[in-house]
Amino acid sequence: MIDPRDRQLVLATQAGLPLDVRPFHRVAEATGLSVAEVLARFRAMRARGAVRRIAAVPHHVRLGLRANGMSVWDVDDARVDELGARVGALDFVSHCYRRPRRPPVWPYNLFAMVHGRSVTEVEEKVAVIAGLMGEACRGHDVLYSVRVLKKTGIRLAAGEDPSCSD
Amino acid sequence: MPDRDRELLAALLRGIEPEERPFRALAERFGTSEEAIVARIRRWLAEGLLTRFGPLFDIEKLGGAVTLCAMAVPPERFEAVAAAVGRHPEVAHNYERAHHLNMWFVVAAESRARIDAVIRAIERETGLAVLDLPKEREYFLEFVPEPP
Repeated sequence: MIDPRDRQLVLATQAGLPLDVRPFHRVAEATGLSVAEVLARFRAMRARGAVRRIAAVPHHVRLGLRANGMSVWDVDDARVDELGARVGALDFVSHCYRRPRRPPVWPYNLFAMVHGRSVTEVEEKVAVIAGLMGEACRGHDVLYSVRVLKKTGIRLAAGEDPSCSD
Repeated sequence: MPDRDRELLAALLRGIEPEERPFRALAERFGTSEEAIVARIRRWLAEGLLTRFGPLFDIEKLGGAVTLCAMAVPPERFEAVAAAVGRHPEVAHNYERAHHLNMWFVVAAESRARIDAVIRAIERETGLAVLDLPKEREYFLEFVPEPP
């Protein structure tokens, strides 16, 4: 359940902050909340991690990071958390998650997104991860992005009743 | 890209604070006006260098839910399936990937029940099975890409 006023702020800013020298004033006008409340709520959301940062979101390909490989790993369950933490700390890994296996279709339980200027660079970085894994990993694959089909960022649907379960 | 633009872009990728005039400190640092910084963000958005400027929300910490889904889509139906998936506002990103499972998308909603409903709708609309791979744990460290 999302706090109704936080939800208003999400709806007002999820497509982007108003491009103005006082963007939070514009958000206050759009939501009918006071400027002080808008700022206090954003600070509180920042503090609890509900807002990770308020920042520019790059188009990785246009920034020169042409290759984006989703590396996926079948890691020993007893060691996945230890290794996941080490992989997540690598500076070329943007996201690192543990997810369920779906045998026989999907044997991999660790995902690490690797960005690079070329496929070769991504392969070098994946080799670094493979070195960390050692024998704890039974297999891995790298899924390269071919095309971005949609990238709106996470959006809440306006008007959706949050108490409605379906 | 000139060094000054590069430095400004790097600062904007790291982010601003929720303040009444969040660009004031940056304007002072770069010896320019707040208006010029906002105009530069507007230009980078128009040029497609940036996809968005604003808050990056963690939907789970907000109280919502999110999952990663994959589908094996027959190549001849790929465009139609991409359109069907993309029509759902709960689908945040969708990527074509070079793999048997060739379509990967993120579904985010206010509840897990809503995600289940969206997945069922996509399966119904496309006749294809959706692999649902919710995050069990995140190994998180702030990642900010370096500008070119």
